[in-house]
Amino acid sequence: MPDAWSLYSNKVMDHFKNPRNVGEIENPDGVGHVGNPVCGDIMELYIKVKDGIIVDAKFKTFGCGAAIATSSMVTEIVKGKSLKEALKISNKTVAEALDGLPAVKMHCSVLAEEALKLAIENYLSKSNKKRDSNKSERAS
Amino acid sequence: MRRIYLDHAATTPTHPEVVKAMLPFFTDAFGNPSSIYSYGQEAKGGIEEARTRVAELIGARSEEIVFTSGGTEADNFALKGIAYANEHKGNHIITTSIEHHAVLEACKSLEKTGFQITCLPVDEYGLVDPDDVRKAITNKTILVSVMHASNEVGTIEPVEEIGRIAREAGIYFHSDSVQTVGHIPVNVDKLKVDLLSISAHKLYGPKGVGALYVRKGTKLVPLMHGGEQEKRRRAGTENVPAIVGLGKAVELAGQDIGKEAERLTYLRDKLIEGLGERIDQTRLNGHPTKRLPNNVNVSIDFVEGESMLLNLDLEGVCASTGSACTSSSLEPSHVLLALGLPPEQAHGSLRFTLGRDNTQADVERVLEVLPGIVAKLRAMSPLLKGQK
Repeated sequence: MPDAWSLYSNKVMDHFKNPRNVGEIENPDGVGHVGNPVCGDIMELYIKVKDGIIVDAKFKTFGCGAAIATSSMVTEIVKGKSLKEALKISNKTVAEALDGLPAVKMHCSVLAEEALKLAIENYLSKSNKKRDSNKSERAS
Repeated sequence: MRRIYLDHAATTPTHPEVVKAMLPFFTDAFGNPSSIYSYGQEAKGGIEEARTRVAELIGARSEEIVFTSGGTEADNFALKGIAYANEHKGNHIITTSIEHHAVLEACKSLEKTGFQITCLPVDEYGLVDPDDVRKAITNKTILVSVMHASNEVGTIEPVEEIGRIAREAGIYFHSDSVQTVGHIPVNVDKLKVDLLSISAHKLYGPKGVGALYVRKGTKLVPLMHGGEQEKRRRAGTENVPAIVGLGKAVELAGQDIGKEAERLTYLRDKLIEGLGERIDQTRLNGHPTKRLPNNVNVSIDFVEGESMLLNLDLEGVCASTGSACTSSSLEPSHVLLALGLPPEQAHGSLRFTLGRDNTQADVERVLEVLPGIVAKLRAMSPLLKGQK
């Protein structure tokens, strides 16, 4: 019999079995929501930002093994990174950190990248609004 | 860890007696069945013996059995064979939205060459309404194809009634019976079919072999051209060991078909009942009683199928899902969608199909491990918000 074949790398299975940073952040600074029920993957990523650094990240995911593992990995990678550094994280970064994904599952890593970008954008637009309203308060 | 196999609708382990029956045909009786010397005639004898066994199980004559490379070829042969042989009579084919891809994709291919396909809907249990078949028939209809039972949700279709309608209208009737032959009684006269597809590996036979029943007098255009094998209906040197294996498998299946169906039905209902009791917000997919003895298909809210499968696999349990995170379309099972399930429920489906080696202990093991898996996945599900 051939050696054990498996769909996923050991690292994917590790993150699938023991996902890191599961849950929601209360009063998050940014939230990224991607996916839809039709494609079967829904990802929500929460970030907490302090002085331009992502100090905490959590996720909630409905999806396959790869979707859960990429969510877990992206939250691990992003913690401690500056917003500028975090925006450079691509789906390939996430997939490589998991020792690769099957070709048919690469879309899951794209979701992880998109969720992170949306969470950061969400933070930036919120902080811009805050700044604008502070300005207008001072002006009045 | 003990592995529990609960995916018999995907494939079954080859029965040891089937393997034993096949072995001499690789070595001792290795001849080409078309050769006239003894090696060849021994091989031919093996094939004809198998043909008789298959015919006996479904109440057919042996000359009405054509061996194929499996269920997919049998379906393609039935649809394309009838379509191209009857082009002069009409170009309309009636089938259903829950057929196996072997039927649906064959129909799509025929559509490209000018045939018109009517794909009938099903009700919430997956049942086809025979009246819909009657209404869909036009003077151009040449073939009706309705599966005997669904490989996904296990619903057993009213094939006999549909067969009567097709016969009264003088239209050929094909039934993909890959999931029923060897599992519940199948009789070609009772079902009033003209063509019926069989696959060996779904009934403890080997992979790569199947058969198409073709009622006497039914003309088909062959898919394969070449030698004169199978009475010129399917060219190519026969896969002798596999055909012998199919013969042995149907012989074994026929011996205890009623008893085994009864045993599996009991286990099936235990599993359905237990899942409903131990996990909230689940639903049974398919018909509660008009159902294959071995099929359990449930949708579990807020969780995705593949992640449940992976967790079950870690516990040694092998099952299946209608979620399709690996297919290029990412769309879930066409069958579950045809039953009217919303996509997230289709993605949250699990199918357990029982078989010969399963016992009550296997059912209990699933009931022991699955609730914990579901709880763990629900805890990380963004769909659960505001629900609890």
